[in-house]
Amino acid sequence: MTSSYLKFVSMIKTADLIQISSLNFSYGKSEIFQNLDVGFSAGKVTAIMGGSGSGKTTILKLIGGQVRPQKGRVICDSKVVNHMRHNELFAHRKTIGMLFQFGALFTDLNVFDNVAFPLREQTALPDAAIKDLVLLKLHAVGLRGASRLMPAELSGGMARRVALARAIALDPSLMLYDEPFTGLDPISTAITGNLIRTLNDTLGITSVFVTHDIKASFKVADEVVLLSRGCVTARGKPEDLMESTDPLVQQFVNGEVDGPVPFHVRSRSYREDLALVQSENLK
Amino acid sequence: MERSVIDLWVGIFVALGIAALLFLALKAGNVDSIIKSEGYLVSAEFDNIGGLKAKAPVKSAGVIVGRVDNVSFSNQSLRAVVKLNLDKQFQFPKDSSASILTSGLLGDQFVGIDPGGALENLQDGDRVRITQSAIVLEKVIGQFLYGKMSEKNGD
Amino acid sequence: MTLFKTMLSKLGRKTIDSLWTLGVASTFIFRVIARSSIVIRRPNLLVAEMHFAGVLSLVIIIVSGLFVGLVLGLQGYETLKRYGSTGAVGTLVALSLVRELGPVVSALLFASRAGSAITAEIGIMKTTEQLSAMEMMAVDPYARVIAPMFWGGVLSMPLLAAIFSAMGIIGGYLITVVVIGVDSGAFWSQMQASVDFHHDILNGVIKSVVFGTAVSAISVYEGYASVPTAEGVSKAVTRTVVTSALAVLALDFVLTAFMFTGAH
Repeated sequence: MTSSYLKFVSMIKTADLIQISSLNFSYGKSEIFQNLDVGFSAGKVTAIMGGSGSGKTTILKLIGGQVRPQKGRVICDSKVVNHMRHNELFAHRKTIGMLFQFGALFTDLNVFDNVAFPLREQTALPDAAIKDLVLLKLHAVGLRGASRLMPAELSGGMARRVALARAIALDPSLMLYDEPFTGLDPISTAITGNLIRTLNDTLGITSVFVTHDIKASFKVADEVVLLSRGCVTARGKPEDLMESTDPLVQQFVNGEVDGPVPFHVRSRSYREDLALVQSENLK
Repeated sequence: MERSVIDLWVGIFVALGIAALLFLALKAGNVDSIIKSEGYLVSAEFDNIGGLKAKAPVKSAGVIVGRVDNVSFSNQSLRAVVKLNLDKQFQFPKDSSASILTSGLLGDQFVGIDPGGALENLQDGDRVRITQSAIVLEKVIGQFLYGKMSEKNGD
Repeated sequence: MTLFKTMLSKLGRKTIDSLWTLGVASTFIFRVIARSSIVIRRPNLLVAEMHFAGVLSLVIIIVSGLFVGLVLGLQGYETLKRYGSTGAVGTLVALSLVRELGPVVSALLFASRAGSAITAEIGIMKTTEQLSAMEMMAVDPYARVIAPMFWGGVLSMPLLAAIFSAMGIIGGYLITVVVIGVDSGAFWSQMQASVDFHHDILNGVIKSVVFGTAVSAISVYEGYASVPTAEGVSKAVTRTVVTSALAVLALDFVLTAFMFTGAH
C-alpha cells in the first residue's frame, strides 16, 4: 500500500502524464499483466516494445479506456481512466488522438471527409472553418493534394498519414500510435517516424507508440519501455538499451534467434517424440 | 452535393411506399370500412343464429347498413341476443324484422333487415321484435328426409 | 453409448449457447434503441440508411412483386376456372398478397439484399477497426452507425411490403384482365368487397413492421458480433440471411394465428 503510494508521489514529481499502477489484466483465460507499474513522461515520445502477445497494444487500449483492468489503476492527467463513467470517458477521449495499425479510415468517405469527421462530430464550426482546418492537417502530413481521393485509392503509407491527420484534427494533448511502422516501405517508415517526432515537438504533446521496429523507433523515441512476460523488463533512453547487459534486452535489440526467449516452443524432448514414433512402427 | 441526390431518392421511395399503401387501401380494400361512422345499437333475439359472428354485415335490400356488434345468450329468454350496430344515416321503422341469411348457398351469414311500416323509427337501445332464425342445413335435410319417410309410410 | 452421451452434451451446449446468444443480442438491441435519440436529432443519418436499405432494394422488390402477382393471377385463374368463379381471381390475388405474401416475401428479399448488406458493412467496419477508431474519437458507434441502420431497416420494411403487394396486384391485373380477358369490373369489385382495411391491410402492415424489426435487429447484431476477420464477416452474413428467414416465417405463423383466426 505505502510502496505504491510512494511510487505515485515520485511519479508526480517527474511529471508523468500517464501512470499505470499495480495493474492486473487478463484476456479471457490468458493473464497478460500482473502487477504492472509503468509511467509515461509528459511531452516526450515513448516507445513500447516487446514480443508478440506481450500486451503492447493492450496498454494503448487501457489508456484509451477501451478495456478495463481486473485490478489496478490507469491514471491519465490525474484522472483514473478505468473508473470513468460514460460522459467522462468521452471527454477524456477528446483529448487523445489514436492512430490505428492500418489507418482504420472510413471507407465510404473520401480523404477530406475522413479528416473532417471528428471536427464535424465534436464541434459546431462552420464549413469554411472546417475546410481550413482539414487542409491544415493534411498539409502537416503532406497529403493536401489527396483530399478528393477515396481510401481504397490510397497506398498503405498514405492511408496511415491520412489517419494521422484525422487523429490530430482536434489538437489532442496525447497521441497514441498502434504499430505505425508495420508493413511500410523504408521511405514511408522514415516519413512516419519524422511526423511522430515533429508533431510531438511542434504541438507540445505527449506521444506513445507501440512497435517492433528497433531502428525506426530508436531514431525517434526519447524513452523506450521493453515489455516481456507481462512486466517491464527494461526502461530508458534508446542508447541505454543498446548498451544494456540484460540478456533479454540484448536478444531483443540485436534480433537474436535464441536466448531468454527460446526458439523452441515447449514440448516433450525430441528423443521421446521420435522414440514414440519408432516404437509404434515396431508394433 | 451527393447528399441531396440521396435525399431525393429516399423521398421518391417514401412517396412510392405511401402511394402503394393508399392504392391498397382505396382500390383493393373496402373504403367504407375505413371510416367508422356514427352508429346506434339495437338488439334482436333469435332461436338460432347459425354461424353468425361479430362484425358480420347487416344488410337491407342488399346494401350494408351496419355490423353485428356482439352475440350473446340470454338467461331469461334462453335465446340468442344479437346486438346490431346500425349506421346513423339509416333509419328503420319500429316494426322492422331481422332475419339471418346466408350469402350464396354456402357463404357467410349476415343479418337482413326488412323495413316495416310504422311511423316511429328504431332508436338506440330498442329491440327488433320480429326475427327469423338462421336456416340450419342439417335440420332442413332432417325435415326433408323425415317428410320423405312419412310420405312413403303414409301412402 | 459414449457417442450418444457426446451428442447429448453437444446438443445441451448448443442450446445453452443459443440462449446465451439470445440474451446478448437482446441486450445489444436494447442498447441500440436506448441510444436512438440521434435519429431524431440528425435525420440525415436515418435518410442515408433508408437509402442504403430501402431505395437500393426497390428494384428487386418491384420486379419480384410483379412476378409474384403474375404467377398468382395465372395459377389462381387456372384453378378458379374449374369452379366457374374466375371473377374471384382479384380477391384471391389481393388477399394472398396483402395478408401473407407481401409482408413475408418482401421480408425474405429484404433480409437477403439489405440485411446482408447491413451485416457486411458493420462487420467490415469492425474488422478494419473503424468502429474502434470512432470510439477513440469520442463518437459513439452505437448512435452514429448502428442505430440509424437499425431504424432505416425498420422504417423501410413496411414501405417495401406495401410496394410489393401493390405491384403484385398490378401483376395479377395484367395477366388476368389484360392478357387472359377476365372482366375488369369483376376483378376490382370482388376484390374491394372482400379486402377489409382494418382486418387485412392494417394487419399486413403490422406484420411487415414486426418483420422489419426482426430482420434489422438480426442484421445489425450479427454484424456487430462478427469475428473481425474476412471469414468471420462472411459467416455472419450467412447467419443473418438464414436466421432472418427462420424468424420471419416463425413470426408469420404466430401473427397469423393471432390475427386471422378466432373471433377477431
